Amino acid sequence: MEALADTIIPSDPQAPGGKDAGCAVFIDRQLAGPYGRQEGLYQRPPFLSGAKNQGYQSDIGPAETYRAGLAAINSVCRERYGGRAFADLSTDERILFLKVLEAGEVKLQGVDGKSFLEQMVKDVQMGFFADPIYGGNRDMAGWKMIGYPGARYNYLDWVNRHNERFPLPPVGITGNAEWTRW
Amino acid sequence: MVKKLPRKDVVVVGFGWTGAIMANELTDEGLDVIAIERGPWRDAPTDFPPTYMQDELRYRVRHELFLRPDQLTFTFRNTMSQTALPIRSWGAFMPPNGVGGGGVHWNGEMWRFLPSDFVLKTHLTERYGESFLPSDMTIQDWGVTYDDLEPHYDRFEYLCGTSGTAGNLGGGIQEGGNPFEGPRSRPYPTPAQQQPFSHTLFGKAARELGYKPFPQPSGNLSQAYTNPLGMRLGPCTYCGFCEWFGCSNYSKASPQTTILPYLIRKSNFSLRDNSEVIRINLDRAGRHATGVTFVDSSGDEWEQPADLVILSAYALFNVQLLLHSKIGQPYDPVTNTGVVGRNYTHQTVSTVNGFFDNKKFNFNPFIGSGSIGMCIDEFNGDNFDHGPLGFVGGGYVGQVQTGARPIESTLVPPGTPRWGVDWKKAVKDNYLSTVKPGAGVHGSFYAYRDIYLDLDPTYKDRFGRPLMRITMDLKENEIKQNKFLTDKFAEIIKTMGAEKLAVQYRTGPYDITAYQTTHLNGGAVMGTDPKTSVLNRYLQSWDVPNLFVMGASAFPQNAGYNPTLTVGALAYWSAAAIRTQYLKSPGRLLDV
Ligand SMILES: Cc1cc2nc3c(=O)[nH]c(=O)nc-3n(C[C@H](O)[C@H](O)[C@H](O)COP(=O)(O)OP(=O)(O)OC[C@H]3O[C@@H](n4cnc5c(N)ncnc54)[C@H](O)[C@@H]3O)c2cc1C
Ligand code: SF4
Repeated sequence: MEALADTIIPSDPQAPGGKDAGCAVFIDRQLAGPYGRQEGLYQRPPFLSGAKNQGYQSDIGPAETYRAGLAAINSVCRERYGGRAFADLSTDERILFLKVLEAGEVKLQGVDGKSFLEQMVKDVQMGFFADPIYGGNRDMAGWKMIGYPGARYNYLDWVNRHNERFPLPPVGITGNAEWTRW
Repeated sequence: MVKKLPRKDVVVVGFGWTGAIMANELTDEGLDVIAIERGPWRDAPTDFPPTYMQDELRYRVRHELFLRPDQLTFTFRNTMSQTALPIRSWGAFMPPNGVGGGGVHWNGEMWRFLPSDFVLKTHLTERYGESFLPSDMTIQDWGVTYDDLEPHYDRFEYLCGTSGTAGNLGGGIQEGGNPFEGPRSRPYPTPAQQQPFSHTLFGKAARELGYKPFPQPSGNLSQAYTNPLGMRLGPCTYCGFCEWFGCSNYSKASPQTTILPYLIRKSNFSLRDNSEVIRINLDRAGRHATGVTFVDSSGDEWEQPADLVILSAYALFNVQLLLHSKIGQPYDPVTNTGVVGRNYTHQTVSTVNGFFDNKKFNFNPFIGSGSIGMCIDEFNGDNFDHGPLGFVGGGYVGQVQTGARPIESTLVPPGTPRWGVDWKKAVKDNYLSTVKPGAGVHGSFYAYRDIYLDLDPTYKDRFGRPLMRITMDLKENEIKQNKFLTDKFAEIIKTMGAEKLAVQYRTGPYDITAYQTTHLNGGAVMGTDPKTSVLNRYLQSWDVPNLFVMGASAFPQNAGYNPTLTVGALAYWSAAAIRTQYLKSPGRLLDV
């Protein structure tokens, strides 16, 4: 997952990538919680397949999808790249693999490759921008990168200051980025 | 075994905006009132404190404050020939749950409907002729007029402390307000909110194009305000965690901030939370409600007898409870008979995102409020000539961006890859200089013969009752209307100086997975003829006169505005009829 997170959000000199920002940790925790189990969702049968605009119709939740999807990605990689798993590929190979997956040109065992990629992209990016208490966006790296000041609550003095850069660093629910270090 | 509770004068089903208004009005009349609410008790200091409310993942993405579909959901299909499937997780709309209802986590955009909206069928037929309307369109007049409702609009605005600039005071058009609005009897209780950079820029561009922009009327208050019940609200701090969230500042008008602390002190009021009403009970003849049955959180059933039943469970749940209680004849689109479930509508919304040069524009887009915005109303209702355009209806358009919480607001220009190096760079370059108006195009949704609500033949809820089935699609009229409005809107965003636009029209088929506001209407509509309405003009059930049904379920079709100010005004209008007429001689207020 860390290798995938780093391919979806690569690191660069100004901001860490998905791995160092904790996006894989974020996803692990989300999958272990209510989201992973589809808790609170309507789970009564029958599960019929319908039109896409009728919404997701399956009793298979995100935790199971990830388990199957990640295993399937590795087994396809091993077939194609001489026994190497996704994490063992070079950066370029990883990018190429995800592009082909995105184009719907790889068949994964047990999951739809294209929609699994979409789900991973969404979840990794969510981890990058959610509050750091959830394990991603470590040291508010995602927020610092875009200039988002975080969980602040009062911009009364700023609503009328047009086209001026807001000067304060981000704060998270549990505190200030300056209080933590890499 | 069902346990029976002592009789009350009034039982209020659901304690959101309309439940709170009705409970307060009827306890003022000296009646003994109990409200029964499905969700939990909620209050500002305990449930939405500024220490952890600013959590986009928890409240926006995971819907913390909303109903869970496993408790109750609906099935959905586009057309009558399809099989409806259950909505397993929320998408197109987000049903409220808990004390305060939608009032807790709404935006607070507070619009009056146009005078012509209330006499829509008559108005359009007179101006364009009957044959101008699509043959399957089932719009009708409301049975109540703007003038009837004006004092009640005023009351709800003064309860909330609504911030805005009047456009029409007693017939005199006012500079800076909405020149198309109906005449109001007095100015807004508080001045309009201040506008951040991009909103101001939108106003400027609209003026350049010859429009008359004005600030969106807001239930997020521009200054401190004490309402007629003595409740004190504080100034909004433009925190940008408004819709989907509760307000920590007592700045957003909600039942909690405007009514509840006053109401809860009355000895003739009581409330039960975590209790879901499953049925309105009728006498043998089916002509008189005897009270309601509800289930508490331990699964025990209770009967609450009452002389008067107020159904205020939100539009969709009002209809669902009527169907489950077998009150009124269910609508059948094939024979075009029956009324309950008829004329179900939503809102036709779309948007245009604008990407600006980040060297010249820094919007600080995270500064905002739920109902901030600069809007124009030139293309709403029948404010413009539809003759050459071939559709009816319209809406307001505006820069109504409510903040820029980063999970949802890290947009990239069209053509950017969705991940990888280029995506990351684009997010970084665009976050502070993108205009993302949300439902910037906010259009009407008219009613059709084959768009309706009924009970599903297959899927059941946790009590084994059939789920309610939604049959809903977008018709050509609404698609054309939206294209027209969205193009006008895009032109203004372009004039603001955007380098790239992402234009997102609303097209068919209706998609239950894409959020389109929680402005659901109809299914238990008001009117003048029991053959085409469930309620009379006072929101009284034609069939069961001691039952009054609140909410947007009463709208015969939807106008190009947010519903709640009209929903609240209708509640006050109905309460006035109950207080001055019904209680003197309980029975039908109008003859069938
Ligand atoms: C995110 C969001 C933003 C919105 N923004 C705006 C806006 O800016 N402007 C606007 O005009 N409107 C807005 N709305 C719509 C607004 O919230 C509703 O129009 C308004 O709350 C309707 O009032 P109501 O009393 O009919 O229903 P609600 O306020 O929803 O109250 C109904 C209550 O009944 C309870 N209930 C339901 N069924 C049962 C049952 N069987 N037994 C017991 N209790 C039950 C529910 O739990 C709920 O608490 C928004 C809605 C959402 C979700
Ligand atoms: S934007 Fe204003 S009204 Fe809305 S939650 Fe924040 S402070 Fe409250």
